[in-house]
Amino acid sequence: MADKVLMKGNEAIAEAAILAGCRHYFGYPITPQTEIAAYMAKRMPKIGGTFLQAESEIAAINMVYGVAAAGYRVMTSSSSPGVALKSEGLSYIAGADLPSLVVNVQRGGPGLGGIQPSQSDYFMATRAGGHGDFRMIVLAPASVQEMAELTVKGFSLADQYRMTAMILADGTMGQMMEPVALDSLPVSPMPEKPWATTGTKMQRPHNIVNSLYLSPDELEKTNFARFERYKQIEENEAMYEEYLMEDAEYCIAAFGIAARVSKNAIDEARRRGIRVGMIRPITLWPFPVAPFKKAAGQVKHVISVELSMGQMIEDVRLATECRVPVTLCNRVGGMIPSPEQVLEAILKIADQGGKQ
Amino acid sequence: MSTRQFLFSGFGGQGILFAGKFMAYKGMLDGKHVSWLPSYGPEMRGGTASCSVIISDTPVGSPIVSTPDVLVAMNLPSLDKYEGSVATDGMIFFDSSLIERDVKREDVRAIPLAATSLANEIGTPTLANMVLLGKILASLGEFDEEKIAAVLKKVISAKRADMLEANLNAMRAGAQSTGLI
Amino acid sequence: MTVFKKPHALTDVPMHYCPGCTHGIVHRLVAEVIDELGIEGTTIGIAPVGCSVMAYNYFNCDMIEAAHGRAPAVATGVKRADPSNIVFTYQGDGDLASIGMAETVHAAARNENITVIFINNAIYGMTGGQMAPTSLPGQVTQTSPYGRDVNHCGYPIRVCELLSELEGPEYLARVTVNSVKNVNNAKKAIKKAFQNQVEGKGFSLVEVVSSCPTNWGMTPKQALEWIDEKMLPYYPLGVYKDRSGSQEAQK
Repeated sequence: MADKVLMKGNEAIAEAAILAGCRHYFGYPITPQTEIAAYMAKRMPKIGGTFLQAESEIAAINMVYGVAAAGYRVMTSSSSPGVALKSEGLSYIAGADLPSLVVNVQRGGPGLGGIQPSQSDYFMATRAGGHGDFRMIVLAPASVQEMAELTVKGFSLADQYRMTAMILADGTMGQMMEPVALDSLPVSPMPEKPWATTGTKMQRPHNIVNSLYLSPDELEKTNFARFERYKQIEENEAMYEEYLMEDAEYCIAAFGIAARVSKNAIDEARRRGIRVGMIRPITLWPFPVAPFKKAAGQVKHVISVELSMGQMIEDVRLATECRVPVTLCNRVGGMIPSPEQVLEAILKIADQGGKQ
Repeated sequence: MSTRQFLFSGFGGQGILFAGKFMAYKGMLDGKHVSWLPSYGPEMRGGTASCSVIISDTPVGSPIVSTPDVLVAMNLPSLDKYEGSVATDGMIFFDSSLIERDVKREDVRAIPLAATSLANEIGTPTLANMVLLGKILASLGEFDEEKIAAVLKKVISAKRADMLEANLNAMRAGAQSTGLI
Repeated sequence: MTVFKKPHALTDVPMHYCPGCTHGIVHRLVAEVIDELGIEGTTIGIAPVGCSVMAYNYFNCDMIEAAHGRAPAVATGVKRADPSNIVFTYQGDGDLASIGMAETVHAAARNENITVIFINNAIYGMTGGQMAPTSLPGQVTQTSPYGRDVNHCGYPIRVCELLSELEGPEYLARVTVNSVKNVNNAKKAIKKAFQNQVEGKGFSLVEVVSSCPTNWGMTPKQALEWIDEKMLPYYPLGVYKDRSGSQEAQK
C-alpha cells in the first residue's frame, strides 16, 4: 500500500494541483474552500509558483484566463456565490478554447445562502456555467482520494479538450479528512500548446486568443466545431461507479456526499433483504447515460438523492427515458440527508413494489 | 470492532478538532478506514466546535456521525446537545471540571474526568483535550505509548515538535487517572 | 530615403476606426515604441471591449481579447506566467474607469509590472455614444440627452489623479494627440511606460485624451479643438506620478 497521509479534501485538491504541474493559483477567500487558497499561499512561493489573492472572483478568473492563454496549467477555486461571479470568465475561457481548472466547493443558496454543504449548483455547473453555448467537464468527487485524483484528471482533460474542467465538491468533501495516497496520481505531461500567446519571438505569425466573431457565420462554425469536440467527450469520458447493481431491483442515483450517505442506507436495506444498488456519477457532464439506460430495463424505481431541490434528477429522467419512475430524496440549505432518511425512502418504495 | 463512531465536542479553542484528528490518525496507522469531519464556520470562533471521526474495518460511507458510539463532551452545551444521540451501550466521556452535572442516560457508560483541573495540575492547562484523550484510549484498551508517540509525531507539526512530550505526558495523566472528581 | 513607413509591429489589416478618430495615432505610437525597443517578439497585448475591441487584429505581437474591464487582470495572469514577456493593455474609458475600475485600481496598487494605454475620449464609442465615467459635466450623450447632470449621476473621474494617491504605481501620465507637439510628447510617455516595464519598474499608465468626432457630433478638426477647449481644462496634461524618475531628479 502506498504511504498515506490524512488530509482535508481542500488540501488534497491543492496538493494534487501542484503535483499536476499547476504553478499558478488565483482566488478570493470564501468559506468553505479557503483552505485551498491558504495551502497555495504557503506552497507556491516555495516552488517558484504564483499565488495571488485577487481583488474579486471576477479578477481571479480573468487572471486564470491570462495564464491559460500564456499556455500554463492554472486554477482558481471558490464556493457557490463566488463561482457565480466567475461565470463571465468561464464563458470567455470556453469561447477562446482555453484549458483551466475551476473548483466549486458548494454551499447552500440562493443568495448569500449559508456556508454548510450543498449540491445546488448542479445546474450552474452542468447547464449554465455562463452565457452562450458551452460545456464544462464536471467532476464530482466522493472521497478525499477522489478530490486528488479528479484534480489531476481535470488538468489533463482540460488540456486535451481545451476547456474548463470543474471540480464540483461540497463543504463536506472540502472539510473532511481521509487518508490519501498522493504518490500514485496519474499525472499527465502537459501537451504542446502552439496556440498559446507566449510571444512570437519573431519566429511565427502572431497568435490571437479571442472569443469575438462579429460574423454570425463564423461564430456558428466555432460553435459547431466546439460541440463536435463535446460529442467526443460524451462518448469517451463519462465516469461512474456502480454499487451492488448486478441484482438490484431499486436504484439510488447520487453523487458526492449524497452517495456516501446513500451507501450506508443501501447496506442497511440489503440487510433487510431489499435488493437496492447505486449508480454514482463521477462526471456530471458528460452525464453517464449508459448505466442509467441499462438500469431503466432492470430496476423498478430510481431514487435521486441530492442536496438540492432536485437538479440531477432531470438528467436521471433523461437518461432513463422516463421508462421507470424517478423520485427525489433530498435535504437543502446546508442540511444533509441522513442514512435513515434515505433508508426510509427505499423502504417506502419497496413497500409499494416500486410503483410511484 | 467493525465500525466505531466518535463525536468530539466542546468550545472552540479546547482542541476538539485536534483530539479528533489524533484519533483518526491513530485509526489510519492501525490500518483502518477512517474519516474526520469538522463543524465549520463562525460558530467555531469561541462557540461550540465538534468533529465526527469514524474508524472502520470497511470503507467509510457517510462521514457524518449522528449516533456516536463514543461522545466526548468538553463543555455543558455539548453534553446537552449530544447526550441524547449516543448509541445504546455507547460511552460518554466528559470534562467534569467544566460540566457540573451527571449524564442522565442510564443505557450508556458515563466516564467523567476532571480533565481541565488535571491539565492545570500537571502544568499544561491547554492540554485538557489530551488528558481526556488519554482516558479514552485507556478505557478502550488502546493506550500504547509507542503507538501514541508515533501518532503525535504525525499530528504535531515539526515547528511545534517540542510539544510532543507534553502531549504524551498529558495523555499519560489522563490514562492513569481514576476518573473520579 | 524612406520618409514614412508603417511600424513592423502593426499588421496590414485595415483599421475599422472612424475618420478623425485618434485610436489610429495611438496604435501607431505603441507600435513604433515596440519597434524601437525591439520587443515585438516578447510582447503580448490585451485588447479590451470598446472601440478598440479588435486591436488584436492590428498588432503583430501575440494578442489576447479580454472581457469588458478585465484586461488588467488578464495581463496580471500573462505577466505572472512569464515575467520575461512584455504585457500591455489597451483600454477605453468605460472599460478601464467604469466596469473595470476594480481591476485597474488593484493592478496599480500591486504595482503589477505591466503597461496600460488608456484612451479617454469621454464617451462610449462602440455602442454609439453613451455617457462615460469621464464624460464632462454638461456633456450631451445618448444617455445624458440633457447634458451630464452631476447632481444626478456624479462627476467625471480623473484616473491619473485618483491612482496617484496609491503607493503602488510607478508611472502615471496624461497626454493628448491633438497636435504634432502633443503627439511627440505622447510618444515619449508611451515609450517610458514600456521602458519602465522592460526595466522591471512596475505599473505604468498613460492616459491619452482622445477625440471621438463621430459620437461628439463634430468634424475631426472641431473634435481636436474641443480637446483643447473642454477636455484639457478638466483633464490637465502632465506626469502625475513618476516614482523612480522623481527619485532620480532628487539625486
